[in-house]
Amino acid sequence: MSEIAALDQVGQRQWRRFARRFLRSRNVMAGSLVLLAVITLVALAPAISPYEPTQQFRRHRLEPPSADFLLGTDNLGRDILTRILYGGQVSLQVGIVSVAIGATLGTLLGLLAGYLGGWADVLIMRFIDMMLAFPGILLALVIIAVLGRNLQNVMIAVGLSSIPVYTRVVRGSTLALKQVDFIVAAQALGGSSARIMARHILPNVLAPIIVVATNGVAGAIIAGAALSFLGLGQQPPDPEWGLMLNEGREFIRVAAWVTTYPGLAIMITVLSINLLGDGLRDILDPRLKL
Amino acid sequence: MSKYLASRLLQTIPTVFLVTVAVFLMLHLTPGDPAEVFLGDKRSTPELLEKVREDMGLNRPLHIQYLSYMSAALRGDLGRSLQTNVPVMDQILTRLPWTIELAAAALLLAACVGVTVGIIAALRHNTVIDTLAMAFALVGISMPVYWSSLLLILLFAVRLRLLPAIGQGGLERLILPATALALVSAGSLARMVRSSMLEVLNQDFVLTARAKGVTERLVVVRHVLRNALIPVVTILGLMLGNMLSGAVITETIFARLGIGQKYVEAVLQKDFTMVQGTTLFIALMYVFVNIVVDMIYAFVDPRIRYV
Repeated sequence: MSEIAALDQVGQRQWRRFARRFLRSRNVMAGSLVLLAVITLVALAPAISPYEPTQQFRRHRLEPPSADFLLGTDNLGRDILTRILYGGQVSLQVGIVSVAIGATLGTLLGLLAGYLGGWADVLIMRFIDMMLAFPGILLALVIIAVLGRNLQNVMIAVGLSSIPVYTRVVRGSTLALKQVDFIVAAQALGGSSARIMARHILPNVLAPIIVVATNGVAGAIIAGAALSFLGLGQQPPDPEWGLMLNEGREFIRVAAWVTTYPGLAIMITVLSINLLGDGLRDILDPRLKL
Repeated sequence: MSKYLASRLLQTIPTVFLVTVAVFLMLHLTPGDPAEVFLGDKRSTPELLEKVREDMGLNRPLHIQYLSYMSAALRGDLGRSLQTNVPVMDQILTRLPWTIELAAAALLLAACVGVTVGIIAALRHNTVIDTLAMAFALVGISMPVYWSSLLLILLFAVRLRLLPAIGQGGLERLILPATALALVSAGSLARMVRSSMLEVLNQDFVLTARAKGVTERLVVVRHVLRNALIPVVTILGLMLGNMLSGAVITETIFARLGIGQKYVEAVLQKDFTMVQGTTLFIALMYVFVNIVVDMIYAFVDPRIRYV
């Protein structure tokens, strides 16, 4: 029992050290503060936005920013600020749900490939190689082409297409861990593969997963908005940042604010997440270079 | 070298096989019968459906269908577009040069800017210049290509009227889309070059060179750069992938009739043969490019060949 208590203390000490470095890192603090502000604003959209996201003021089309419409209006006379706030709910949701899908499946595959080795490894990694043959957003496009275009499929497509990153990172870490004494001991004690993977390996590969997943949310937001921008995700009249950019594109010569502000929203969000992710990488896993 | 080449090529066979199977199955994975998908919204009678099934060979076993699809594909026949009835391969080949032009220009631009910024940041490590360079890189990475494209259009085409906003052909129509496409890659390249340079700058042989009295300029050019740029080759393939997928967006925005623009159009119009054929073409091209990149890597870094 005392050994467990000692281990607990080690855990606590590590946790405290992490917290200290977290608070001290300028990148992490700047990133998380901005991100927190974005999340708060977006979450409070129904309470703070002046209008309804699809409400049209027919006499105020394409109006520049004013006291009534802080960020101006679009071609249908809808308030851009309101639409950015509501649209952010969609974009953030896409970011988080896709990463949850990709990280879960990718980690599972990585654990299996790395720990079981042999045929499981060969099969899984060939499958991952196949996925990697479709560069970037192309894999997501293929998946949407198969599943049909709507927001739910965007999350599935972006999530599935991010699987390879997690699988590779987790497999690498698992391979290294397999040689370590405490895993060998757990095997010698007769622990089942599933148990060893879940209880002993997974906790030890969490750090790189967290780092990859954080930057992954930024990537997923960009990719999700790209798909909506191309007309494959969120459908009008509902707001979404990428869709708003596309809708404003036509009017860029006369009303630039219709496109610049939603784009700014994407960039501020993505920038803050990337800052946070970079800081986390420095703290958690300095060797991981991505 | 030839042994490494052989093993690398051998490794590619299962990948290529799986890619072709996945692309072939695409049509069968879509909800509903492929024949219905083919007929689309047109009024379909059971007789018509049966006829389409027969024409498409959908009544044959799946592996036979796969083999006939592949044997046609190997002869350069990827079927006909459902929308225009033009052979898919013809469409791809007429549009490919525009995409290659764009990707090559963007790659060149990203390489020049990214490497330069990375080197300067590393040589001025922990100074204001370094901070600024890394801020530039972070902004570059965080800037979605569709937004940077629109900003470039706004600034250079709408406000300054210096460059045309859309179309293709000629250098003046290439600058804006290539710049937009290059930005993300330039950012990640700058970071990579910087960290790779910093690592090499700390090596003993650099210290030795300095101790011998070699000028700082020569140290950097002869000893540091040559070693620091090796790992950069590995992300060339990744960057090219970014270019290909980014082309989907830039071509749509700048109305360039490249392969990426066609691809989006095909997905939107549910032109499944077009999507299928283009996907297969791009994926195989990408696999091939990655082999070439690995070859270059093995060539510039002899250590790789013996792993």
